[in-house]
Amino acid sequence: MAFRSSTRWRFRQPSVIPGFGLALGVTLTWLTLIVLIPLSGLIWRSSGLGWSSFMALVLDERTVNALTISFGTAFIAAVVNLFFGVILAWVLVRYRFPGKRVIDAMVDLPFALPTAVAGIALTALYAPNGWIGSFLEPLGIKIAFTPAGIVVALVFVGLPFVVRTVQPVMEEIDKEVEEAAATLGANRYQTISRVLLPGLLPAGLTGFALAFARGVGEYGSVIFIAGNLPYVSEIAPLLIIIRLEEFNYPAATAIATVMLFLSFIMLLVINSIQAWSRRRYSNGA
Amino acid sequence: MEVRVQNIRKEFGRFPALDDVSLDIRSGELIALLGPSGSGKTTLLRLIAGLESPTDGTIFFGADDASKKSVQQRNIGFVFQHYALFRHMTVLDNVSFGLKVRPSSRRPPAAEIRRRATDLLELVQLSGLEKRYPAQLSGGQRQRVALARAMAVEPNVLLLDEPFGALDAQVRKELRKWLREIHDRTGHTTVFVTHDQEEALELADRVVVMSKGAIEQVGTPDDIYDHPVSPFVYGFIGQSNCINVTLSSGEIWFEDRPIGLRAANEPDGAATLYFRPHDIELIDGCGGCLAGLVTASRRVAGTRHLEIDLGRAHPPVEIELPPERASSTDHTRVAFRPTKWKLFRKEGDIAAAQPVEEPASQLARTGT
Repeated sequence: MAFRSSTRWRFRQPSVIPGFGLALGVTLTWLTLIVLIPLSGLIWRSSGLGWSSFMALVLDERTVNALTISFGTAFIAAVVNLFFGVILAWVLVRYRFPGKRVIDAMVDLPFALPTAVAGIALTALYAPNGWIGSFLEPLGIKIAFTPAGIVVALVFVGLPFVVRTVQPVMEEIDKEVEEAAATLGANRYQTISRVLLPGLLPAGLTGFALAFARGVGEYGSVIFIAGNLPYVSEIAPLLIIIRLEEFNYPAATAIATVMLFLSFIMLLVINSIQAWSRRRYSNGA
Repeated sequence: MEVRVQNIRKEFGRFPALDDVSLDIRSGELIALLGPSGSGKTTLLRLIAGLESPTDGTIFFGADDASKKSVQQRNIGFVFQHYALFRHMTVLDNVSFGLKVRPSSRRPPAAEIRRRATDLLELVQLSGLEKRYPAQLSGGQRQRVALARAMAVEPNVLLLDEPFGALDAQVRKELRKWLREIHDRTGHTTVFVTHDQEEALELADRVVVMSKGAIEQVGTPDDIYDHPVSPFVYGFIGQSNCINVTLSSGEIWFEDRPIGLRAANEPDGAATLYFRPHDIELIDGCGGCLAGLVTASRRVAGTRHLEIDLGRAHPPVEIELPPERASSTDHTRVAFRPTKWKLFRKEGDIAAAQPVEEPASQLARTGT
């Protein structure tokens, strides 16, 4: 009886569905091989540096700027994607129009396209002499070779994440819920802002987290459009490559460790918000 | 508030879902729209709500023409079969939603909204569950939240679309009784749709029987059951038998003999005789009766049901007898005569020479 209080932390009770031990074993082995060993190698290498030299490398102005740019642009791009991704998903779910299937397929293109191709294409468009850039130039707006260019590239690669996570949830919204809101006197705007969007929050957050994570780690498309000016438009992954090419392995691992740590914290926070809201609304009718 | 539906017509594509339907709903009445699926009952309810717009016709709420108004302006309460609760809101927020979305000029103060929502939750016996989310409630509780939410806006009319359809039999019975109580206490004009005749007859002040986009009959449950006006209503409400008969100088003949029933003012010709399984009397010997062989016999609760073969050309009929009467009769051959019955005639049934004043049908009853 005295042990009762500890049952909370026991493994899940075996159920009639067999294979829990096997499945957990495979999962753990796989995660260890693919994720844990490489990452712990990274931490082990950087821990060899010693705390003071590690902090010196991390707090170096160029490193701090690169990290700020990477996380800042990824965050802005994810916010933009959340907004337009939800609208795009809405259009794809709710309306019928010619060419809908084509647009639906186009959403996935950023998944498939080599990111370098995307980067080069976007640079050609947004450069001061490009199709779009040449219109923006007289207005004094510069996209290519500035942090704004990075955001554009990250919006491109992150778009499918939001659309594809929100779309299935949107398809499941019961039309009756909207009708119920209308019978209670809610106008269209109130129905969307108070009834529909809150229901999409968990899925939207998942999409946001995925787009954000992708943006933080993105390299291929960004380096073409960013201009890569140190302190201005140099992203952290690029700085890691630069340090590697200088054979400055400690600096490279230090930046990588910080990125790992920050990403982990942010994803953990987003995922807990999302898990919390999902728990609350799950399988309600 | 009274609701008047006038010559409503609704087409989906080219298929008419409702064809020239008119209905007066009295203020404070609890009225049931009853019919098989595809009869247009849900369409009629949604038209009253304003969730569909009629192809033709008008709907009045009191003296106002409601058909010009949007759903939002009609101020109705609608309860959906699958509750349609807002799953990201607590029970209390669900109930107060209708008041919270009002423009600030008509919105009661926050404390008042809260008080009204709490009162309603007490009315639907859900006090103490204010903070729960819909996912944490049972089906019956969810439907009661949905009803409280619909009543919170003080609707002109309360509309319920198969409100108990998704619940199991036990809960359904309880909620039925409970809805009647709530209605008697609040006095809202209430229209509900159902395909369950028992539910309609037990719950409603008046029942509207619908079939194929038209109203077959409107009446109290007693009217509907005792005096069905059409073959459809006779067949749809309760159990009934129908057999083909012929009329000859006011006498009803089945095949080659009279069955002892008279319909004095009916012209000669073919007709269909309807009667309920329990409205019969057994006859010893047979000087004008229906008779046939018992092909099956089942005990159903307090009565015994006998299936009787009247002859190869006719579908079997069913009669209900008290068990002791059933066992005292000859087990193989039964002679009986309907005590309450009704004749229906198609237009072609009546001999062309006869002028017909009363059209399709006429009620006649024997005294016996």
